[in-house]
Amino acid sequence: MQRRNFVKATAVTVALAAAGFLSAPALAADTIKVGILHSLSGTMAISETALKETALMTIEEINAKGGVMGKKLEPVVVDPASNWPLFAEKARQLLTQDKVAVVFGCWTSVSRKSVNPVFKELNGLLFYPVQYEGEELEKNVFYTGAAPNQQAIPAVEYLMSKDGGSAKRFVLLGTDYVYPRTTNKILRAFLKSKGVADADIMEDYTPFGHSDYQTIIAKIKKFASEGKKTAVVSTINGDSNVPFYKELGNAGLKATDVPVVAFSVGEEELRGVDTKPLVGHLAAWNYFQSVKNPTNDAFIKMYKDWAKKQKLPNAETVVTNDPMEATYVGIHMWKQAVEKAKTTDVDKVIAAMGGQTFKAPSGFEIKMDEKNHHLHKPVLIGEVKADGQFNVVWKTKGPVKAAPWSPYIPGNDKKKDEPM
Amino acid sequence: MRLLLLTLFCWLSFSASAAVDPALVQQLAAEESDDKIAAIQAIAATADPEAAKLLQSLADGTLTAPDGSEIMLNNRIRGELANALAGLRLFDADRAVRLAAARELQTNVGIELAPLLAKALDKETDVQIKALLATAHAQANLASPDIAARLAAVKSLADAPSPNTRNLLLPLTKVDGEPDAGVRAAAKASLTAVERRLAIGETLGSVFTGLSLGSILLLAALGLAITYGVMGVINMAHGELLMIGAYATYAVQGLFRNYLPAYVDAYVVAAIPVAFFAAAAVGILLERTVIRHLYGRPLETLLATWGLSLILIQAARVLFGAQNVELANPEWMSGGVTLMAGLVLPWNRIVIIGFSLLVLLLVWLLMNRTRLGMFVRAVTQNRPMAGCVGVHTAKIDTLAFGLGAGIAGLGGVALSQIANVGPDMGQGYIVDSFMVVVLGGVGQLAGAVWAALGLGIFTKFLEGWAGAVIAKIVVLVFIIVFIQKRPQGLFALKGRFVES
Repeated sequence: MQRRNFVKATAVTVALAAAGFLSAPALAADTIKVGILHSLSGTMAISETALKETALMTIEEINAKGGVMGKKLEPVVVDPASNWPLFAEKARQLLTQDKVAVVFGCWTSVSRKSVNPVFKELNGLLFYPVQYEGEELEKNVFYTGAAPNQQAIPAVEYLMSKDGGSAKRFVLLGTDYVYPRTTNKILRAFLKSKGVADADIMEDYTPFGHSDYQTIIAKIKKFASEGKKTAVVSTINGDSNVPFYKELGNAGLKATDVPVVAFSVGEEELRGVDTKPLVGHLAAWNYFQSVKNPTNDAFIKMYKDWAKKQKLPNAETVVTNDPMEATYVGIHMWKQAVEKAKTTDVDKVIAAMGGQTFKAPSGFEIKMDEKNHHLHKPVLIGEVKADGQFNVVWKTKGPVKAAPWSPYIPGNDKKKDEPM
Repeated sequence: MRLLLLTLFCWLSFSASAAVDPALVQQLAAEESDDKIAAIQAIAATADPEAAKLLQSLADGTLTAPDGSEIMLNNRIRGELANALAGLRLFDADRAVRLAAARELQTNVGIELAPLLAKALDKETDVQIKALLATAHAQANLASPDIAARLAAVKSLADAPSPNTRNLLLPLTKVDGEPDAGVRAAAKASLTAVERRLAIGETLGSVFTGLSLGSILLLAALGLAITYGVMGVINMAHGELLMIGAYATYAVQGLFRNYLPAYVDAYVVAAIPVAFFAAAAVGILLERTVIRHLYGRPLETLLATWGLSLILIQAARVLFGAQNVELANPEWMSGGVTLMAGLVLPWNRIVIIGFSLLVLLLVWLLMNRTRLGMFVRAVTQNRPMAGCVGVHTAKIDTLAFGLGAGIAGLGGVALSQIANVGPDMGQGYIVDSFMVVVLGGVGQLAGAVWAALGLGIFTKFLEGWAGAVIAKIVVLVFIIVFIQKRPQGLFALKGRFVES
C-alpha cells in the first residue's frame, strides 16, 4: 500500500510541477496577443532568455505609447526548453489555443525548421531574430537576423585580409546541426573559390551541450602549426561556448596567433567567461553594444532599466547584443506593418512588411526588403575587449541586402529571391 | 590641434623632456593599420623610456587620439605592439622583466627586430633568457636576405621545438618558400627534429586529456558505485546530486563575493565540505522518505528516483532560475603549465585529477579501514547475517546512501569548474555514470576506477581520430557489445558472495 501511495504522490507532484509551465494567460478582448517562443531552459537558455526579456521590454514600450491601433499588446510566453520537437508543439499551441497575431521566437535553425511547417499550415507569422544559414524563404517568416552574406562571408574575407591576419588555413568548428553544417558548406565553397585547398580546411563538429574541448583545442593547435597562418571560424551555439572559450584561454591559444571568429557569440554569451585571455578573438554581427549613437544609447538604457525593474539575475551587468537588437527591430517593424495594414490579418501584414524602415540601434536606418523577407543590414566585425565588450575593427559602409540563397551553393542561381 | 597634442603629451609623460616625435604620436591614430604599425615601429626604434610608456598606454587602451577618440587596435597591430614593447624591455635591469619580454618574443618576430635581438643577445648573461633570445633571433633571421644568416637560423631552430617553429620551418622546406637548396635541406633536418619532439608532446597530451576526462567520469560515477554498485539502488536522481554539489559551490562563491571578497579565490576549497554535506543531506532525506521503502524492488526504485530527479531539477529552477549560473575559475585554477614543446596542461584539469585521486583514496580508506565501511561491506555481502550479529542495517543503508550522495556532491564541485552549471546539468552525466559503473562491474569500486580511466582515454583517442560525435556513438556501441559478452563487467565478484 505504501508503495502505491508513494507512486501516486510522485505522479501528482510531477504533474503539478509540469502544470506550473502551462498556466493559461487571462483572456481580454481589447488586446492583441503576441507569442514569445524562446527556450528559457536547457542548452540554449544562455542565449534565448535575453531575447524573451527584450521582447517583453519592447512590448511594454509599445504599450506605454498607446499600443498598436489603440489596442494593448498582450505577450504570451512559452518555454520550449531547447527541445526541438517541443518548439513545434508550443508554436501550435500559441497559434491555435492562444490565437496570437504574431510569434517572435526561435534561435537555432533546427528549432526554426521544426516550427516552419506549423506556421505554414496554420498561416501564422514568425519573426526570427538570429543570423542563420539561409537556404530558406518561407512566406510566413520574416528573418531579422543576418543571412550568410551579411555575416559569415564578410567575416572570412576579413580574416583573409591583411588586417585580419592574412589567414590561409581555416578550421570550421561548429555544433552538429543544420546551421553550422550549411554555413560551413557555403564557407567551404567560398574558400575554394578564393583558392584555398581542401587540405587547408578542417571541419569539426561537437554535439549540443558539449563541454570538453580539450581534444579539439589540441587538434586546432596541431592544424595551426603546419606552415600557414590559421584562423578558426566557430559556429558553436549555446552554452558550449563557455567551456570552449575557457579551454581556449587555459591552453594559451592567443588571438594574435590563431584568431577565432564566432558567429553565435555575443556580449551575452561572454558574460559567463573571464574575457582577459580572449582579447582579440572576433565576432561578426550586425550590431554591437559598443556601437556609439543616440538610438543605441537609448536602447541600452532602456534594457538596463528593464533588467533592474524585473530584478533579472545580475541586473547590474546586463548587456545588449545583436539578436536582441534584431528582436527589437522586428517587433517595431511588425507594429508599423500592422498600422499600415490596419489589421493583424497575417496575409495583409506580410504584404505591408515589405519596404518598412526603422531607425535601428546599429545606427542605420534599416529596411525590410520589398520582396525577400530579410533586412538590409550593416556588417560589423568586432574584437573581444578585456571587459567582454567588442571593439569594432571593420564595418561595411552601409546596409547590405541579404542573399538567402547563397551563390556559393550550386543550383541557387535559379531560385527566386522571394517566397513562393 | 597642436596644443591639444602638447597637453596630451604632458599628461602622458611625467618628465617634461618628452623625446618622442609628436608627428609619430599623431600617426598612431592614423586610419590605416599600416601607418599605425610604421609609427609603432618608429617609436620603438627610439629606444627611449618615454617610448615604452607611450606604447604601454596604447596597449592598455588609455592613450587617446589627439581629437579625444579611442585609438582602434586590431590583432595585427596588437601583435606588433606587444613585440615592440617586449623589444624595449629586453634591456631592463630586472631579470623577470627581461624574461617576460623574451617569452613574448617567441611568435611573429619580424626581420626588423633582428639587430635589436642581436644586441640583446650580446649583452644578456642569464642562460634561460639567452636561449629564448636565440630562438627569437633565429626567427627574425629566417627572413634575412643573407643565405648564411638564414642557414644559421634554420639550424638553431632545431633546438626550439614548438608548434610555432614547425610553422616557420615548414614553408622553408619547399622550393617556393626558400630558393637555396642548402637552407632547404637544413630546414628539413631541423623540422624532423622538431616534429619528433612535438609528437611526444602530442601523445602525452592525448593521454592527459584522457586522464582528465577519466577523472571527471570517476568523480561523477564514484558516488553511484556506492549507491548502485554496493547497495543495488538504481538511483536515477544521481545526476541531480551532482547538480546540488555544483549549486552548493555556486552558493559558496556568492557568499565569498559578498562577505570575503579578499579570499574569493579560496571559495572552491570552502565549497568542498559544503557541497559534500548538502548533497549528503539531500541523499539521506531521499533515502529516509522514499528509497528505503523500495529496497529490493529495482523497477519501482527506478521510476521513483526518476520522478525525484524531475522534482530536484524543478526545485533548482525555482531557486536559482532556469539559466546557467556563472562560476569563475579561481586565479590558481586558470591558465596552464607548459610542460614541454606544444604541451600545455591547464591547471583546472590538473587540480581535478588530483582531487579525484584524493576522493578515491578517502573512499577507499572509509570502506576498508573504518567501522562504518566494514558495516557497509557486511550489509552488502549478507544482509540477514549482518543484522543477526547486531548491525543496525537500516541505519547503515541510510549512511551509505548519504555517503554516495555526498561523493556525488564532490563530483559537482569539480564539474562546476569545467562545465556549465544549470538545473539539468545532471542529466548529461547520469548515462556516463551508469556506463562506468556497469562497465567496471557492479559492486566493485576498483572496477569503477579502471572503467572511468579506460573510458576516458579511449574516448579521447577516438575523438582525436573521428570527432566528438562519432566518438560518443562508438563508445556507446562498444559498451553495449561489451556488456552482452560480459554482463558482469570488467571486475566481477567471485565466490559465495555473488547473489543469484
